[in-house]
Amino acid sequence: MSLVSNFLMSRWGPIVTGTVIGILAPILVRLGNPGNMGICVVCFSRDIAGALGLHHNSAVQYIRPEIIGFVLGALTAALVFSEFKPRTGSAPLVRFLLGMFAVFGALVFLGCPWRAYLRLSGGDWNAILGILGLIAGISIGIAFLRMGFSLGRSRPAPRALGFVMPSVMIALLVLLLTAPQFGQDASGNVTGPIFFSETGPGSQQAPLIISLAAGLLIGLLAQRSRFCTVGAIRDVILLRDSHLLYGIAAFIVTAFITNLALGQFHHGFENQPVAHSNALWNFGGMLLAGLAFTLAGGCPGRQLFLCGEGDADAALFVTGMIVGAGFAHNFSVASSTAGPAAFGPLAVAVGLVICTVIGLTMRETRT
Amino acid sequence: MMSQTKTIDARGLSCPQPAMLARRAINELGKGTIEVLVDSVTARENISRLAQNCGWSVTVDYQPEGDCRIILVK
Repeated sequence: MSLVSNFLMSRWGPIVTGTVIGILAPILVRLGNPGNMGICVVCFSRDIAGALGLHHNSAVQYIRPEIIGFVLGALTAALVFSEFKPRTGSAPLVRFLLGMFAVFGALVFLGCPWRAYLRLSGGDWNAILGILGLIAGISIGIAFLRMGFSLGRSRPAPRALGFVMPSVMIALLVLLLTAPQFGQDASGNVTGPIFFSETGPGSQQAPLIISLAAGLLIGLLAQRSRFCTVGAIRDVILLRDSHLLYGIAAFIVTAFITNLALGQFHHGFENQPVAHSNALWNFGGMLLAGLAFTLAGGCPGRQLFLCGEGDADAALFVTGMIVGAGFAHNFSVASSTAGPAAFGPLAVAVGLVICTVIGLTMRETRT
Repeated sequence: MMSQTKTIDARGLSCPQPAMLARRAINELGKGTIEVLVDSVTARENISRLAQNCGWSVTVDYQPEGDCRIILVK
């Protein structure tokens, strides 16, 4: 057991994790998930927000088992290898805001960094603009880090706190399995409180048990290997450390090969699944997302894995993502295949201003 | 000439701050001894890798409360 763990913590860990995700994600698409969306942490958080009624876009509502699996898989690994360390106190409210703005940016692009790489590996060249925006956003975040930005120190917390987010995930699993319907609309029809799409991306689902198992496996591997789709770029620029970047390279190459093998590689800019071709806002959306993820210390997947380790601050970031996804649809921020929504560009501009204020003002107060 | 020693408390800090603090100390000292206190395995791995890549030797002293004292020497 510890042999496997040591291997995953070596330089091979991110490579193995990236390879496994690169194989699984296109297979999940083949089994039913939306195109180039075998895994998208932000899109799936948005689907969960919709399923809980936090937004009313009936095309994107589903409790995605992959997200539940990420947290519970990471929890299992953290417990087995004595890395379950409940902690909190590192500017939780700011992390909540960063989660919201990261989602705003990602939903203007239509995907988190995980999906940006998956879109690229599926031949969606619009992802190139998104990845360039991501790198630019991470670079701005690094500039703030070099200027002394810090969200402050976390401190150890009671063990029970570390189990809160995993418990929320188990509650989501129960809601997914039972899908309670005891609400009534104005006409007296039975509706909610849990909503699942009947058409659109939310209705495109790989079999539940396979999605959950894939999520659990990825959660286990990623907790051990520290796989992070934002940290990979950040560490190369900031620390000249390519440890995590090899994992992203393995992820993209393997997903490309798997897509080719499954006949899912269709290159071009137009008519790509769940994507638009507005170059400016593909770049701009991910610029904001990259900045927000960097200020929060890691990509959305990494935030879920940290939740599994008992990090209650990461849990606030994830909560911010889900609430923010609800707002993104209610306030016409999230793009559609037709292009950016009415208030998407404004939300990105506001998000960049607020993240800049956070980057310039948050400093550690204790030495 | 006595070699310089620097101590850094990186406990509770998010990625990538522990590694940034260690890198700054490595650049400032050039050679000597750096002690870094961390409370996560991720920070321990990142700092160890960074120091080894810069040619420093790394020793990890595990503290009873779960923290680590990483001793970097060059």
